[in-house]
Amino acid sequence: MLRLLSFSLFLAIWWIAALLVGGAKLPSPPAVLQVMIAEASSGALFLHLGATLARVALAFTLAMSLGSAIGYLMGRVKLADRLGDPWLILLLNLPALVVIVLAYIWAGLTEAAAITAIAINKLPTAIVTLREGTRALDRSLDEMASVFAMPRWRAFRHVVLPQLAPYIAASARSGLSLVWKIVLVAELLGRPNGVGFEIGVAFQLFDTPRLLAYSLTFAAVVLVIETLLVQPFEARANRWRPRAA
Amino acid sequence: MRLEVDITGKTFRSAAGGTHEVLAPVKFALQSGEVGVLIGPSGCGKSTMLRIILGLDHDFAGHIARPPEARIGMVFQEPRLLPWRSVEQNVRLAAPDVTEAKLSELFRILELEAHRSHYPGELSLGLARRVALARAFAVEPDILVLDEPLASLDDALAGRLRDEIATLVASRPVLTLLVTHSLDDAVRLGDRLFFLSPRPARIVAEVPIGIPRDTRGEAEIAAIKAGLAQRTQGDRTERDVS
Repeated sequence: MLRLLSFSLFLAIWWIAALLVGGAKLPSPPAVLQVMIAEASSGALFLHLGATLARVALAFTLAMSLGSAIGYLMGRVKLADRLGDPWLILLLNLPALVVIVLAYIWAGLTEAAAITAIAINKLPTAIVTLREGTRALDRSLDEMASVFAMPRWRAFRHVVLPQLAPYIAASARSGLSLVWKIVLVAELLGRPNGVGFEIGVAFQLFDTPRLLAYSLTFAAVVLVIETLLVQPFEARANRWRPRAA
Repeated sequence: MRLEVDITGKTFRSAAGGTHEVLAPVKFALQSGEVGVLIGPSGCGKSTMLRIILGLDHDFAGHIARPPEARIGMVFQEPRLLPWRSVEQNVRLAAPDVTEAKLSELFRILELEAHRSHYPGELSLGLARRVALARAFAVEPDILVLDEPLASLDDALAGRLRDEIATLVASRPVLTLLVTHSLDDAVRLGDRLFFLSPRPARIVAEVPIGIPRDTRGEAEIAAIKAGLAQRTQGDRTERDVS
């Protein structure tokens, strides 16, 4: 209810601003909605949205799984931490644009290059978060698992993973928003479809309603994914915590 | 089943670079069916000794002999339950082979039936301690290690839990090692008492208790304690002089 109210407030401010500056710079909500409907009925909206979502899903999965594994390793093994740390700092400070441009130069304007470049951008933050999570693991519970001779996998699943869950959720949430932003740049620079490509076209034509139609639909999808996927996962991972009265 | 502990020393390197001796040579052995009790002042190195015996700490001089297939059940000083798993899951994760009948019996003895599906965060310390006991017994251990399992509980509850431990220990052949600083617990539960010195810990006295546990009445317990008090009194004056 409160969320709906806050959303209506956003629409109201937008509408008033549109009336003040004029439709050429900021089209009103109905104008944007009209473009959305036109693009949706032609199928173009779904095509581009689908292409972008597929890239996000692939790059996100790649970066999260690889990043979590490396982060866990670096949190557990001192040598891995020492060896990996300089690489990590390099990756963390490498601008997204550099990675994307280099990937396109080296691997051509291909799908693989785009997805790899997006994943490389997300990778270091996933590593850092999971490394922190692993360092914070409760050693006394490890000892308990070892004394009771729990098999490795069972101990990992029931002792370690629940402790890492909040870190994984945090990393997923920040990672998702990072990947959303970078995927559009990668599409703008070197893909023939996707929301980023459409925004590039709209920019060249100074077509603001089209630009807003695509970016807002995209934002809506992100919101839905966040509410339907990320939040339930967090709630599930935290259900054992005593709730505040 | 036999546990032989022969630690010749354990030192600990401090951050400042100095070395501290935590354990002096300590040697003892226990058989199945025996309850050995380690009694000593806090900070004397009991927990270090337990960690070595349990195989959690390999950085020591000496040798621990226990059959590699021996199943270990342990009650830690803090309950060390998994907060994200229910009481029943906590027990089952440590003891996957436990039967429903056995589990129900344990929960009945320890009065945990109402808390099966609760999470540890919802339990009082006393209840959490009982869950830790249930977990240790559910694995049907060959070696049972109890590290101050009754500390910081009120006397009535501690007394009841102590009786429950005695019942459970008597129900199957198990080698038990109890660490405590309560002489009362030691005398009521133990077969052989090992008195430890302050750090670096060594065994200053080994006292066997001849009377079987189930025939130890209040009078016998008082007599044993009086005997021990005399001994420790002697030790104390000796220490004061030196």
